Amino acid sequence: MQEALRFRLPEVDPVGGADFVEQARLLRRRGETSRGLPLTIRGLGKSFGENEVLRGIDLHIPAGQFVAIVGRSGCGKSTLLRLIAGLESIDVGTVGFGEQLAPQDVRVMFQEPRLLPWARVLANVEVGLGGERKLPDAQLRAENALVEVGLSDKRGQWPGVLSGGQKQRVALARALVGNPRLLAFDEPLGALDALTRISMQRLLERVWRDQGFTAILVTHDVSEAVALADRVLVIEDGRIAHDIDVDIRRPRQRGSAELARLEGSILDELLRTGEER
Amino acid sequence: MSLIERLPLSRAFRVPRADGLVPWMVPFAVVLIWQAACSAGLMSARVLPAPSDVVLAGWKLLRSGELERNIWVSFWRASTGFVIGGGIGFAFGLANGLSQLSNKLTDTTLQMVRNVPHLALIPLVILWFGIDETAKLFLVALGVFFPIYLNTLHGIRTIDPQLIEMGRIYGMSDGELFRRVIFPGALPSIFVGLRFALGIMWLTLIVAETIAASSGLGYMAMQAREFMQIDVVVLSILIYALLGKLADSASRALERLTLSWHPAFRKG
Repeated sequence: MQEALRFRLPEVDPVGGADFVEQARLLRRRGETSRGLPLTIRGLGKSFGENEVLRGIDLHIPAGQFVAIVGRSGCGKSTLLRLIAGLESIDVGTVGFGEQLAPQDVRVMFQEPRLLPWARVLANVEVGLGGERKLPDAQLRAENALVEVGLSDKRGQWPGVLSGGQKQRVALARALVGNPRLLAFDEPLGALDALTRISMQRLLERVWRDQGFTAILVTHDVSEAVALADRVLVIEDGRIAHDIDVDIRRPRQRGSAELARLEGSILDELLRTGEER
Repeated sequence: MSLIERLPLSRAFRVPRADGLVPWMVPFAVVLIWQAACSAGLMSARVLPAPSDVVLAGWKLLRSGELERNIWVSFWRASTGFVIGGGIGFAFGLANGLSQLSNKLTDTTLQMVRNVPHLALIPLVILWFGIDETAKLFLVALGVFFPIYLNTLHGIRTIDPQLIEMGRIYGMSDGELFRRVIFPGALPSIFVGLRFALGIMWLTLIVAETIAASSGLGYMAMQAREFMQIDVVVLSILIYALLGKLADSASRALERLTLSWHPAFRKG
């Protein structure tokens, strides 16, 4: 079964030759040069009290790749994302970006939009500029980010009057406005209805292609993972159990046999390991 | 008689412009019935003087300048005590909401003091300060302190930690985090404390002025009792009601102004 899926077993990625080959392959496929941030994780582990959530994670993500992380709930996928984004302290191992980070290089988008209810939409987007909020072009940049997500007509609204999907788009604009080089998504579409989710997936894919950041998407929705990602990591019991290349051309046809087959075999794998326990 | 004449007006219910008048209809009706009962001789002037007599007494006091002076003295005491007590309460609320150390150090003590009814301190306060201004300011400040303290603390405690995490991710400094996330988030709760405090402010002041004062509205009412001027007593009570309503309206207006983002305060 693993062969059929072309599963690549987790291994310590050698930094150097092989990465550049991988990266070049990716860039060729997307036909552009990436401004994304590469990511190298070595021997990463994290425990909360007695409970060991992650252990021995070794992972290399080349610049500009779209990686989806799937797994059963409680498998540690969100913790991995929070460690990458620097929201949790690291117990053992390292998370490296290959260079010194600027404050706005890494951005996170959560399942909840986390907008300030007392700030208008435009002001909420300006929050994303961080320290550059006081520069004279801040408002222009925020407005452009709203155009990017198709919400420029809502700039003067209170977040409270927006729909769930619109709020999440404002949160996306806020994450994008600082031109991040790595964007971490923690189930950003988990709370949306099916139709809104599909249009949000298209939007995510579009901005990722336009802006060329490295994207890491944690999701429980395997079809979402295979529809969007270059690569799917399956996490089981705090380890990367499978590392799957999704070598399907974009734009991908929703519901195509190729995607469905891949989705089905990942789901089978998740269900199988769930039943064993 | 007049009720029947009023009937057509009640149709104006549906006209939005009359909405502002609706809350005043009940007080207006009460005054009307009261006047009618007195004019018809159903109620002795010794029990309750007619509203017209009360207005007359007010007019007399106004012309002598006594009313204005007493209202002004009471207003000054109320607002000064409110600013002092509210300011200290707000400061403690902030400190204990933001700092675990400060909270551990002072919260238990404050909770103990809170459970002593502050009006029970009147004898002690008179011994300390006599019937000086300080006594009234002290009592008002003490009464106002707790609602402001508790609600400021509660407001800060109940801020969504996810928003604070968001602020940190986007590089907000401590000052910015306070200004843009913590304070606006605590504001609805602070306003609840403010409105409670305004009520306690009047209550404390009137009690203090009735017991130990030589000026102010409470004193005016007590003096009038001495001379059996029941119309002045009723006048004082009506002025309290009016001033209380005024303070409440002011805080509501402030709420609408600053909480326009909040669904509960949104207009239209």
